[in-house]
Amino acid sequence: MLLEVRNLHAGIDGKEILKGLNLQVNKGEVHAIMGPNGSGKSTLSKVLAGHPAYEVMSGEVLYEGKDLLEMEPDERARDGVFMAFQYPVEVPGVSNSQFLRLAYNEKMKHVGGEELDPLEFNDYLKEKAKIVEMDPQFFKRSVNEGFSGGEKKRNEILQMAVLEPKLAILDETDSGLDIDALRIVAEGVNKLRNENNAIILVTHYQRLLNYIKPDIVHVLANGKIVKEGGKDLALELEEKGYDWVKAASI
Amino acid sequence: MMNTKAVLDPYFAESFRATLSGANSELDALRESAFRTFESLGLPSPRNEEWKYTDISSIFRSEWRMLKPAATEIGVDAMSILKRFKADRNGLAALNLAFADIKVMTIPADTRLAEPIEIDLSAAEDEMSAPHVIVIAEPGSSSTIVETYRSSGRGLTNSAMQIVVGDNASVTHYRVQNDDTAAFSYGITEATLGRDSRYDATSIELGCSISRHDIDVRFTAEGGEAWVDGLYMLSGSQHHDTHSCIDHAVPNCISHQRYKGVLDGRSRGVFNGKVFVRENAHGTDAQQQNKNLLLSNEARVDTKPQLEIFNDDVKCSHGATVGQLEDEELFYLLTRGLPEPLARNLLTYGFAEEIINKIGVGSIKGELDAMVLNRLGTAI
Repeated sequence: MLLEVRNLHAGIDGKEILKGLNLQVNKGEVHAIMGPNGSGKSTLSKVLAGHPAYEVMSGEVLYEGKDLLEMEPDERARDGVFMAFQYPVEVPGVSNSQFLRLAYNEKMKHVGGEELDPLEFNDYLKEKAKIVEMDPQFFKRSVNEGFSGGEKKRNEILQMAVLEPKLAILDETDSGLDIDALRIVAEGVNKLRNENNAIILVTHYQRLLNYIKPDIVHVLANGKIVKEGGKDLALELEEKGYDWVKAASI
Repeated sequence: MMNTKAVLDPYFAESFRATLSGANSELDALRESAFRTFESLGLPSPRNEEWKYTDISSIFRSEWRMLKPAATEIGVDAMSILKRFKADRNGLAALNLAFADIKVMTIPADTRLAEPIEIDLSAAEDEMSAPHVIVIAEPGSSSTIVETYRSSGRGLTNSAMQIVVGDNASVTHYRVQNDDTAAFSYGITEATLGRDSRYDATSIELGCSISRHDIDVRFTAEGGEAWVDGLYMLSGSQHHDTHSCIDHAVPNCISHQRYKGVLDGRSRGVFNGKVFVRENAHGTDAQQQNKNLLLSNEARVDTKPQLEIFNDDVKCSHGATVGQLEDEELFYLLTRGLPEPLARNLLTYGFAEEIINKIGVGSIKGELDAMVLNRLGTAI
């Protein structure tokens, strides 16, 4: 099993948000975690990525059998955990290609692969950029600075393409995207999907799942998974809203 | 400061007599007048509001070797510019003029210089130099000036640069101070801008034990534009002070100032930015920004914007920040697998790069990139 979350209780500022969450993810699977605002979706993403502001009160998270919660955020990343941010951060003065090459080479150091010099990396990056239809002009620009909402999300998926994670958590990647950008991002994710990785889509809306077909849909409400099913569950949620599952969680 | 003055005067006075050439009585008179100004003002001390945070008394505990200035031909125009130099701003400015080693550069009218003019103003060990450069950018000309300081030992540069940007002329001015960390530097830039002219200044301060840069920009006719940017990057016990003064004496001119500081160790930075918008200076657009990044708990910066606006029809803004690296930016880089020290350095580099990136001369930009990375101890 790639990821196993057992009875996870976690929160921020002393407030418990996840209240006994369980989740099992195998290689080759795409999971969707859906839920209303405030259900704990973002908290789960942040805890898995290792955000220092979030605290784990109890429970455990095993990643390839290792205690994920014991690992620093950068160790997790080098070991194959990736989170696409809901609000990608702007890093002024640092070019996209510089940043990505450093990240790529750090990962290569960790896995014993070959590091690339700027020229070699540029070729590698050009290939990867095709996955999200990104213009190489963006390589020279500062990371996310002055990017539109759609460009930022595409840049997140480009990073995923470059780093080839084993576990990718896409936190509200569909938010703020128009229909064309959503299609490009979703197609990019589909191209990156394979039997050796797993993807967790964290989303409020069903529309992303029209493009990326999940194997399993989990409904999160009040800090717990309250319902699980196939992709049809997402449609049911779209139709009925979240109230019926919220009621079920109490 | 009375003690210092008493000790110094005879010493400076003796050196000073040697600077008088006898060949140019007008210049000699100017030097003598400047020296009298120095004698009456003495060296600047923290009791003077303008020098509140910058104490230079340690610099003058030892004697400095003063050089006899080289003989120069000074034309009528250059002499009138020299006479406008504000030697009475403080004792060091007066001392510069008294000992001034004068160089005059003229960029002929309607000439576009393809290559930058490089001026090296480094001081030798134990030497106090007083370079004084006059740049006359004639109307319609376009040029780039690179002023560098690379003293390799404990030297003291007490420099001045007067730049006159003629009507429709453009001057890009890079000032790079990368002296040895035992060195001292005080530099004055006085720029005056003619009608529809453009002055784009970038000052980088990396070296010295104690350094200070005073930059004055004065608009003398409408339509002038000035970009006044700078970066000071300090560590250990370095001290740097920038005082800028932008004088909107006439209507419809633009000034944008952007200064950034990166302070590590026990270093100390000072930024004091004055902007005057005179009564008749309607249509002024004056902006000022000073952002500081503190990398250690012991580093400190004093930043003071000082805007004096006497006209309502203007667009003015200013902002000063002192902060640390942004936690969310740091987390973002960590989640991409960068180890924390590298992530911190990359963010610091990015902060500094905003200023360095605007430098249009590839060789200078490359050199500064390398200096910044070297300072951070990182290969990127």
